Parts: sequence; C-alpha cells; structure tokens
Amino acid sequence: MTAALRNVSRRNVLKAGAGLVVGIAFAPLLAPAQGSETPLHLPGSLNGNRLLSAWLRVNSNGTVTVFTGKVELGQGIASALAQIAADELDVGYRRINMVTADTSLTPDEGFTAGSQSIEQSGTALRFACAEARQMLLAAAAARLGGQSGDLRVADGTISAPGGKHTTYWAVTTDAMLRREATAKARPKAAGEHTLIGQNLARRDIPPKFTGGAAYVQDLRLPGMVHARVGRPPVPRADLVSLDTAALKAMPGVIEVVRDGSFVAVVCEREEQAINALVALRELAVWSRPELPPTLIDTFDRPEPELQTQNSVVYEKTAPDAPIAVRQIEARYTRAFQLHASIGPSCAVAHDLDGKLTVWTHSQGVFALRSDIARALGMSPASVVCIHMEGAGCYGHNGADDAAFDAALLARAIPGRPVRVQWMRDDEFMWEPYGSAMSMKVGAGLGADGNIVDWRHELWSYPHARRPGGREGVNLLAAWYLAAPLQPAFPVDVPQPNGGSDRNAIPLYDFPNQKILKHYMPDAPLRTSSLRTLGAYANVFAIESLMDETCAAAGADPVEFRLRHLRDERARTVIESAARQSGWRPGALGDGGRGTGSTFRGRGIGFARYKNHACYCAVVAEVEVDRISGIVRVTRAWSAVDAGLAINPDGIANQIEGGMIQSASWTLKEALKVDRSGVHTKSWIDYPILRFSEVPAVEVEVIQRPTEDSLGVGEGAQGPTGAAIANAFAAATGRRLRDIPFLPERVKAALAPL
Amino acid sequence: MPTVFTLRVNGTARSVRVEPATPLLYVLRNDLKLSGAKFGCGQSQCGACSVLIDGMERRSCVYPVGAVGKGTITTIEGLGTPQRPSALQRAFILEQACQCGYCSNGMIMAAQALLARNPKPSESEVKRALEGHLCRCGAHNRIVRAVLRASKGALP
Repeated sequence: MTAALRNVSRRNVLKAGAGLVVGIAFAPLLAPAQGSETPLHLPGSLNGNRLLSAWLRVNSNGTVTVFTGKVELGQGIASALAQIAADELDVGYRRINMVTADTSLTPDEGFTAGSQSIEQSGTALRFACAEARQMLLAAAAARLGGQSGDLRVADGTISAPGGKHTTYWAVTTDAMLRREATAKARPKAAGEHTLIGQNLARRDIPPKFTGGAAYVQDLRLPGMVHARVGRPPVPRADLVSLDTAALKAMPGVIEVVRDGSFVAVVCEREEQAINALVALRELAVWSRPELPPTLIDTFDRPEPELQTQNSVVYEKTAPDAPIAVRQIEARYTRAFQLHASIGPSCAVAHDLDGKLTVWTHSQGVFALRSDIARALGMSPASVVCIHMEGAGCYGHNGADDAAFDAALLARAIPGRPVRVQWMRDDEFMWEPYGSAMSMKVGAGLGADGNIVDWRHELWSYPHARRPGGREGVNLLAAWYLAAPLQPAFPVDVPQPNGGSDRNAIPLYDFPNQKILKHYMPDAPLRTSSLRTLGAYANVFAIESLMDETCAAAGADPVEFRLRHLRDERARTVIESAARQSGWRPGALGDGGRGTGSTFRGRGIGFARYKNHACYCAVVAEVEVDRISGIVRVTRAWSAVDAGLAINPDGIANQIEGGMIQSASWTLKEALKVDRSGVHTKSWIDYPILRFSEVPAVEVEVIQRPTEDSLGVGEGAQGPTGAAIANAFAAATGRRLRDIPFLPERVKAALAPL
Repeated sequence: MPTVFTLRVNGTARSVRVEPATPLLYVLRNDLKLSGAKFGCGQSQCGACSVLIDGMERRSCVYPVGAVGKGTITTIEGLGTPQRPSALQRAFILEQACQCGYCSNGMIMAAQALLARNPKPSESEVKRALEGHLCRCGAHNRIVRAVLRASKGALP
C-alpha cells in the first residue's frame, strides 16, 4: 500500500476559480436552469437520466441494484460506485449489485472516458441514493409513527427512538422510485461518510485472479462460431481478388464472408479460424496504396508544412505587464503511440429473429449501438449492446470495430453467435492511434526573472473519432464494404476539455498568453482517443519549457513553478511531491559532469488534468547510461489531489499505473510507420516497460473531504513524461525534446560530451 | 488428423479430440472451459496464456496439445477459487495487484512456478521471474509486492 493519506484543512483552499486563469470559467455548471419551463438542472448524469428508478432499485430480498452507464475497465469504477451507493443509503457494501452499461438496462451516460465517471455517475448516484434514502425513511415513518428525521439507519434496518424498527426491504415498493429526481435530498456531508474514503477491496478482482470468466474474451455461448477478419496490409487498400473456394475447402470453415474489401472466415473452432486466416492472408491480393507523408516526416523541419485548420485556442493579454527581456523557445514532438492493450479486441454478436445482440468491451455502448444500427440499416431498438470487460482500456481502441466485425458476421450467419477475436497484429495495425504531435512553445522572461509572455502552438491529428456522431459511421469495417460508408468528420474536442489542445493552456499565472492550434482532420492514419488525448504531449512541452526557462532564470524548478501559481491546491501537490522526494534545490543532478558511465538527475512535472480535474505533481529520478544511451527511471514520487477521494487506494492504483505507463510512452514507444505502411506488428516492434525497468513509485493521495470528487484516471500521464524529461536534463545538462527518448536520440543529445 | 488426447488438468483426466498441432490454449479455453489462461499475442511474447506443465511455466498459445503427452497441466483454476483462493491468489487480492487483470493469469502462474523452486525469492528474483510477462496498466510494483507477500506467508 503506497497511498499515503493526508487531510488538508480548508483554510488554504481558495474557492474554485479564484486562483485560476482558465478552465474554471468553463467548468460544468450545477446551477438550476433559468426559467420555470426548463427542467431543473440535476447534478452529474442525473440531468440526462432523471428517473430515480434508472439509477437504483431497492429490492425486498435485502439487496440494492445500482445501474450505471459507466463501464468497468479495471479502473475499479463499479466498486467505487457501489461504495458511494452503500454509503449514501447506509447499507452494507455487499448488498449492492452493480449493473453496468447495457443499452437495454442502464442509463445512457455516454462514454466511460476522460476521467469523468466519479464526477458524472458518482455525483448522480450520491443524489439519487440520498433521495431514495429520504423516501424510504418517509415510508418507514408512516409505518412506525413519528418523524422520519428521528429515524436511524444501519445496513438497511430503520430504527425509531422507541425501539420499533423496520427495514428498507420491508418498506420498499416497486413504484416508489419511479419518479423524477429532485436533487433536494442533500448527500451526506464530509464527516458523515462511513464507506466513502475507505480502501474497500475491488469486487472485480477475485474472479480475475482465479480464472473466473471475467472478460468478453471469455464469453462462450451455445452454438458459438469463431471468426477472424482478413484486414488489408495497408489502410485504404482494396481487395483485388481472393480464392474463397480454396478457403471454404479448409477444415472447419463454415463461411467466407466477403463484402467489398471486408473479408472474414467463420469456423467451428478457434484454431481453424486462425489457420484459415493465415491461408486468407496468403491468398488475398490487395492493392498497395502508398501512405501520404505524416507529421512525423516534418519533425526535422522548423515548421510542419501540412494542411491545417488554424485557430486561437486561448489568448490573454495584460497591457501593464512588464516587458520581456529574454525569449526562450523550443519545439517538442511526440510520435504516434498505441494503446497496446495486452489482450487484442474481441466481441460476440448474435442475430436472432432480427434482433442483434452484441457483447463488447466498448467504452460507449449507446454510441456503438447507434453506429451499428445506422451501418446495418436497422432501428436502434433492434440492436442491444452489452458491455463486458476487456483487457486494459486506455481510450478508443479496437473494441468498437471488433463489435461491428462481429455484428456484420452475425448478420451473415443468423442464428449462431459469432465470436470475433482480433489477432495481435490486427490490434497493432488497426487500433486507432494516439496522434503524433508537434508543439512550439515560447516564453518571455521579464527582468525580475518571471515569465511575462507565453506562446504555445501545436500541430495535431484528431483525438476523437469514436462512434456515436449524428452522421457517418465510425467503425473500421464499414469503410471497406462494397458500398462503403463514410466516417464522420472528426471535430476536435472543444475547450474546456479540449482534444488536441487539452492542457495546452498552462495553469500558471502568465500575464500574456496565446495558444494556437493547427488541427489536421485529414490524417493518413486513423488517430483517436488515447489516454489524455493531447494533454500528455502538451504538458510535456509546457513543463519542459518551464524548466528550460527556469534554467535561464537561474531558479529552482519547484520554486519557479510556485512563483507562477496562485492556486493553492496546485501549489500543495507540487510541494508534497517535492517533499516526498527529498527535493534539494541546487542538487538536482550531475548536469553531464563527472567521469562515470552513468548520469543521475531528478525533475518535476505538474498539471491539473484538463485544467478542471485532479491536480497531480510527479518527481522522477533517472539514470542515463552514456554509453548505451539507455534512460532508466529509477524512482518516482507523486502527489495527487482529486478532491473527495472515494477510494484512496483506487486512486493510488490509477496514478501509479499512469506513471508507469507514461514512463513507458516517454522512454520507449513509437509506432513504426513509413510510406509503405505500418510496421508495428508484434511486441518486438513495440517494446513497453518491463519489470526490470519499472521505477519504484510512491503516491500521496491528498484527501479533501469537503471538495467535490475530481477525475483521476489520466492525471499522471502528462506530469510523469515532463518529470522524466526534466530529470534527464538535470542528469545530463542536455535536453530531449522528442518523445520517445530512444537510445539513439540520447546518444545524439550527449554526443559532444 | 483429429486425435483423442487425454490430458491431466488440475488433477483430473480430460479427453479431447483435436488436431495435434492445436495450441493448448484453445483446448483449455474452448474445449475444457478453463478460461483463466488468456490469449494475448499467440507468439509467446506477452505471457498472458501461461500454464504450468509438470511445474514448469509454459506459453500455452504456442504449445501444441500433441506435445503435452503425460505432462501434468496446472491452470490458474487449479490453484484456488474466488471463494477459496490459494495463498498466492490471496496475496494478489490483498495487494489489489491489477487494474484490468488480463495479464494476471500469467503473473500468478509464473509466480507459482517461481515459489515452487524458490520459496523465499528476493525482490530482484521476483522481477527476473516476471520479466517475460507484459503488463500494460502499470501494476508491476503491486504484483511484485503480492509475490513477496505470499513468499513471506504474510497473510491474514
């Protein structure tokens, strides 16, 4: 257990927004809607799903069924939401049964993405359960006599002062919660919580460690057949010819389904499907279109020259600000990077009497249903999408595409459930990638050593191409059909969340700021949402230039950051991370001096994710081998403030996992791609951090019982990459500005040493 | 040519009729309904499919069923159940040693093999034993702590 807990008194905490330049002005409003005709604005996802019965059912058998439109991705959300419901209702955690995203059962809460589940679903559940509790108490008061305010509840048993008692299970009725929420019953205040804030064990874990069927990959239905899809060798290739008769003659092949350039084999047994896929790949003749050049081909030039949509993301000027006396500018880049989940995407679909059921690890079952129905010309009512867990999900991976593959094949083979399992190379070559990015950042330093001007210019492909748009079909196979369907035009996610420009606006109090975006919707490779969207690269760039400017100002990186930050919660995480690490100004690293084979150094990185979710600061310690060029992160410390922490160990798990994943991105990961196509096909081509390379990690969760809970799942990615970059500079006196920090880049940076 | 194989799995003899070249993984998952071993890469690169054959960690995604012979197969289901987890599984639960858990099968089976041959491994020995196993969620440190906890018998 590495999570250290600390309560911070409220006295230091500014009212939200008071110390912030940006973000808060756009923060989601919880205020009532104006005018009496418009319905009251309800908190969190309650606003879009207003019936109490959509969120919970209190059962006469002593259990509570809780519905959420969010999905379990291994982030422990189903457990945390159960924890919230149990606490607000005053029932045991074990009495809660969770039903997660299912288009036929649960509320539509959009995507489980952007670290928003606790903010959206958790908030809805707190209010819905508080209101249900109030109604159950009113019913109990009527039965027991007296005032509901005098009643006490313990694990669903309701006691009156005179000793009379009843239970939720006795007073509940089917009709009770079938009404619209009012949000008038206040959730528990800080100090009243019994389960919120506790490190309860996650419920999804025991089956995962004992071989219980936990994932969609494990679903086995009677009569189920196994399919593999023969994907093109390069994007946009056409299937010129295929000897389907030869394939059909293979053992176990039930059908070869071809529609244009979409082709799949469907077999009785899984190994037969794999063998048939191998044969298909040998037999199929494809066109070989060349990939257009991408952003990464421009990394060696000062300005990328590509077709872009340009816009000003944010601009702030302070006419009375001091004049800059010194300009610091640098360009930073990030390669295309991958989700690279350990388990390739999978789905099962069953077309029975015109009704299509799809089991999927999609992050958005309602959006998926919408696109599947549109693509197949079905009514959404005849398509059911049910979420089941898949392997690690860090954004928009192949889940939706595999689901549509299965849906297409189920329609071709009605009556039998069809399981589609992507192979390892399918996932590497066809998952939507994290966009390569380029960031040109500049700072103007005043005579007093403070930053007065800040410019951030970024180039990026889309970060949001999920299904669920008003038009188009964002499902891979749909673009390869004989009558191909078009994808939706990829619009960048607007601020305050931002897409390519997520976290491009610094949280620091720089008087003059200008943030420019060069967005490239026309991407040669499909890019979409990978954990943090643009934030990882933007924070890497901002925090790197902060240190470069800090060095020019001759300041200490921690002090320099604090000097530019009035937000107390931001300051607290930076101070906490520095304190944990034993930060010593002036002694941050070897600076490229010394005769040993290894340079050591420490660096810090900070961000508030999306400028309105959790605050996170990371200190990283690195060792750089000057001969091999290998960078190792040896230790890392983090402090995170996610407001009211529902499950501190769950937060620590997310942050430490995020730190390790971000270290992997930063040190090792880049898609191999050139004009002839993608060459990342196996783990040999895409190494990730291994046990021997993983740093020791410590996470301090700052508990703030009186603050709203803030999303945390992506909080560590940006600060960690930045901390590693800054630690490298402290170690070597040189700077790496291109992610990943591969040995050849390190050796080039150290060359004259 | 499909052939009948009698496999000794988790202490029970199970017969299947499959092609000898069929990777053991698909026999376990599809014929024997033992879904604990996972498909991750099919190339022996990630470790998600690991099982023990005569106590040795094997990658079932590339291990032909025809090569098992009289070997004794142990899968993660053979260690314990959600209700009665083994000491090692309990240590993983206590450390909450995963996020998605997809790699956990391989981690636990590799640790099981390690602890059988070296009941008191050092931290670096644990890491070395798990080096060939990939985790994408970043649960590595929790996994190492779980194995060390099991080795110390530090269980309630």
